[in-house]
Amino acid sequence: MSFYSALSLAWPEVFLAVSTLVLLVAGAVGGNRLSSLVSTLAGLALLVAAALAWTAPHGKAFAGGFVSDEASAFAKVAIYGMSAVAVLLGDRWLTRLKANQFEYPVLILLAAVGMGMMVSAGDLISLYVGVELQSLALYVMAAFRRDDAKASEAGLKYFVLGALSSGLLLYGASLIYGFAGSTHFDVIAKAATGASNTGVLFGLVFLICGLAFKVSAAPFHMWTPDVYEGAPTPVVGFFAAAPKLAAMVLFARALYDSFPHAADQWRQVVIVIAVLSMLLGAFAGLAQKNLKRLWAYSSIANVGYALVGLSTGTQSGAQSMLVFMVLYMIDVTGFFACLSALSRGGKPMETIDDMAGLVRERPGLALAMTAFALSALGLPPFAGFWGKFYVFKAALESNLAWVAVLGLVSSVVAAFYYLRLVKVMWFDAPAGKTDAVPADARGVAYAAAIFSCPVVLVALIGLDPLAKAAAAAFGLH
Amino acid sequence: MTGILSLTTFSPLVGVIAILALRAFGGGGDQAAVNRAAKWIALVTSFATFALSILLVFKFDAANPGFQFVEDLNWFAGLHYRMGVDGISILFVLLTAFLLPLCIAASWDSIENRVLEYLIAFLILEVLVIGVFCALDLVLFYLFFEGQLLPMFLIIGVWGGKNRVYAAYKFFLYTLLGSVLMLVAILAMISIAHTTSIPALMAFKFAPQVQTFLWLAFFASFAVKMPMWPVHTWLPDAHVEAPTAGSVILAGILLKMGGYGFLRFSLPMFPQASQLFTPLVFALSVIAIVYTSLVAFRQVDIKKLIAYSSVAHMGFVTMGIFSGNAYGVQGAIFQMLSHGVISGALFLCVGVVYDRMHTREIAFYGGLVNRMPWYAATFMLFTMGNVGLPGTSGFVGEILTMTGAYGVSTWTAIAAASGVIFSAVYALTLYRKVIFGEMVNPKLAAIEDLNWREVTIFVPLIAATLILGVQPNLIFNLTTASVDGLVSVYKAAVGG
Repeated sequence: MSFYSALSLAWPEVFLAVSTLVLLVAGAVGGNRLSSLVSTLAGLALLVAAALAWTAPHGKAFAGGFVSDEASAFAKVAIYGMSAVAVLLGDRWLTRLKANQFEYPVLILLAAVGMGMMVSAGDLISLYVGVELQSLALYVMAAFRRDDAKASEAGLKYFVLGALSSGLLLYGASLIYGFAGSTHFDVIAKAATGASNTGVLFGLVFLICGLAFKVSAAPFHMWTPDVYEGAPTPVVGFFAAAPKLAAMVLFARALYDSFPHAADQWRQVVIVIAVLSMLLGAFAGLAQKNLKRLWAYSSIANVGYALVGLSTGTQSGAQSMLVFMVLYMIDVTGFFACLSALSRGGKPMETIDDMAGLVRERPGLALAMTAFALSALGLPPFAGFWGKFYVFKAALESNLAWVAVLGLVSSVVAAFYYLRLVKVMWFDAPAGKTDAVPADARGVAYAAAIFSCPVVLVALIGLDPLAKAAAAAFGLH
Repeated sequence: MTGILSLTTFSPLVGVIAILALRAFGGGGDQAAVNRAAKWIALVTSFATFALSILLVFKFDAANPGFQFVEDLNWFAGLHYRMGVDGISILFVLLTAFLLPLCIAASWDSIENRVLEYLIAFLILEVLVIGVFCALDLVLFYLFFEGQLLPMFLIIGVWGGKNRVYAAYKFFLYTLLGSVLMLVAILAMISIAHTTSIPALMAFKFAPQVQTFLWLAFFASFAVKMPMWPVHTWLPDAHVEAPTAGSVILAGILLKMGGYGFLRFSLPMFPQASQLFTPLVFALSVIAIVYTSLVAFRQVDIKKLIAYSSVAHMGFVTMGIFSGNAYGVQGAIFQMLSHGVISGALFLCVGVVYDRMHTREIAFYGGLVNRMPWYAATFMLFTMGNVGLPGTSGFVGEILTMTGAYGVSTWTAIAAASGVIFSAVYALTLYRKVIFGEMVNPKLAAIEDLNWREVTIFVPLIAATLILGVQPNLIFNLTTASVDGLVSVYKAAVGG
């Protein structure tokens, strides 16, 4: 394959990387007065990259290190689209705080390039490079408000624990390389056959631990509540959406492409992680008062559901994971858009009690938040229900009925805290006037809420075959 | 006539959109005028839905036991948007559409805050309830079934009484726990039978072992909804705290979804398991009939008393359904319809005095007949209906379900018959304490009789109770073909 045709597969990432560098230089020269322009251009670049990703030719490039197929195209469109929304929300939010800096959109772009690499990874090296590029950008974003002690703590915590997980990941990768003799997923797939190769399986377990950390699955979830609570709200909205999808797709690639013959081995591990995440997310969330912390536990539980899809090791399981993550991403973005839009007397409203009587103060946002809460709970006809429907359907097809029962019963436990938010907003007396609501965050929140119900009922007609085609691109051959 | 079913189901949404438009553009500050207009919109919309449902009944071919007005559109992932009614479900559509305008009329003056949201919640609830009875796709059914939790949660929680938050939570979590188990069963059925079509699943034969699990999972959901003893405890709380119209909807329609579920899923899809568990259902039904009747007798709150009496009456329904013969099933359907009318009317009767005095304590009242003769007469009729006096609709259902059960288990029928006596005891005692005697409470001295609005609400309910009581064939003409089909399939499957 010629260099040019290899490059053509990676054209979206090349374009994004170049845009990032140009915008970085422009920002460095022009200073913060250019930050709004940089943001606009960054958002446009992401949208162009999404279009390029959709039309990119399929194949493998750079000696198999970079894969472009239906799965990567599917994930990239979702990731770049969500990143564009994050750029928009973050820019307006920083402008309101009079703290706008051009680095913010540039960091999102860098993270997006990293995520693009992750979902296109074809060997362990590009896997690691993608993960690190994305993670480093996220560490900085968590601590973006340097003068805020909580944000700095969140950033530091995220960095230290993230470094640990990268260590696990690398150690696992080195073991796999050592025993399989290659970093390429295809070659590893041939070497890793069932119980025959303990060394590779040992490495696989470390790899799974590292990836579980990135998707914040129990028992590697410790960083999530603290980082969610400390980081700026729009940043959390970004964290909880696109990077989770990228990490889940990478998870699927690593397991399906390189260990199709060891499925029985890794499925056990993933099932345990999934069940633990669902239960922990449901029970630990009960005690939370801060909404950002609460949604951290909610995201742990939801990642558990997505992992149930993955743990089936089947194509319909991978499809269910993709559908679940896309629907979850839109919900969670909408929820954090609501949170970032709400403040009272200049102070952000972050606890459940702050939302008292919100339906009288801000009926639109309260309605949207009700939709997001019930969607996260999985109540039909909201989007979250369909995610769970796909996931547990796949689980039952793979004879994992007990996992489905556990997952659904834990969602009844979680219903208690989602309902508490609904109850506080609808039943309680208003806690006072809220500040004016910015149009951008409100727009994103409304759009996501309308998607969650009723648009999702139509959108799934299109999403279903797309996710199916994407899932078919994962290995298991 | 394709499309008429969807039109009926979703017609209340027109009212929702109109009210939202009114909220966005109308008013100009005069909240009272906006509220008034919204109430009229809701009333007219619900009447239109009722008219459509009557049209459905007239177009319905009673001789055809299958599903009619069927609509079928491909959805995604193998699911279908599939709607249709048979002789069983069409009556519940009619009942829902009949009660909704009455509910809205009953809330005319008693709901004062957040009127628009209240009306929207009711209209959306109507869409979802009619959808439950029309859905012929398993997942679509679940969608409508579960979707009701939110509007009902809000109706109890926002417009309910003092302890409303507790009651709303209890309602939601009980029902949710039941339904997630049903969801697992639904997913299992899809993975076994590879179809979500309800007619196809009725013809599909699940292995007996599998049936047992599926039956139990569906039972968990429907028993809570019904509600059966011992998972009935959410009902008295929800009823007491809900506003009057909320209670009417709850008792009149939402409870019927449990019985409908047994008829639509448990009996035809899992016949062997149904037969296996019949003793369990009979035992629970008898306990419900006897025990909750005794509990009802000891209540101090009028609404709670009627709520417990609902549980007892639902015991007749489950007993009739699982007797598995035409008498029992016909009786159960009739009992559900009759109970929908009578218990709805009884809650409206409570609402009448509650609106005036703002208490439901039995001891507070007494001697109302002196000031409210028309009210006393109305209340009397519905009390008699509740007791099951011949000539009212309450009688037909009870006698048929007991006849049906008698053929299967004599002792069950005998025990259930004692419940009829108990129901006379608590219902007549309630009536005596509230209506007769001396009017000792000075606060009651100025209480007024029914006004024209209340009379208008009660007239159709009185008519329905009496007409169904003397001419039950109006119902049986519609149900016979479908019920015979259901029963013969069940009998053939269990070899009886």
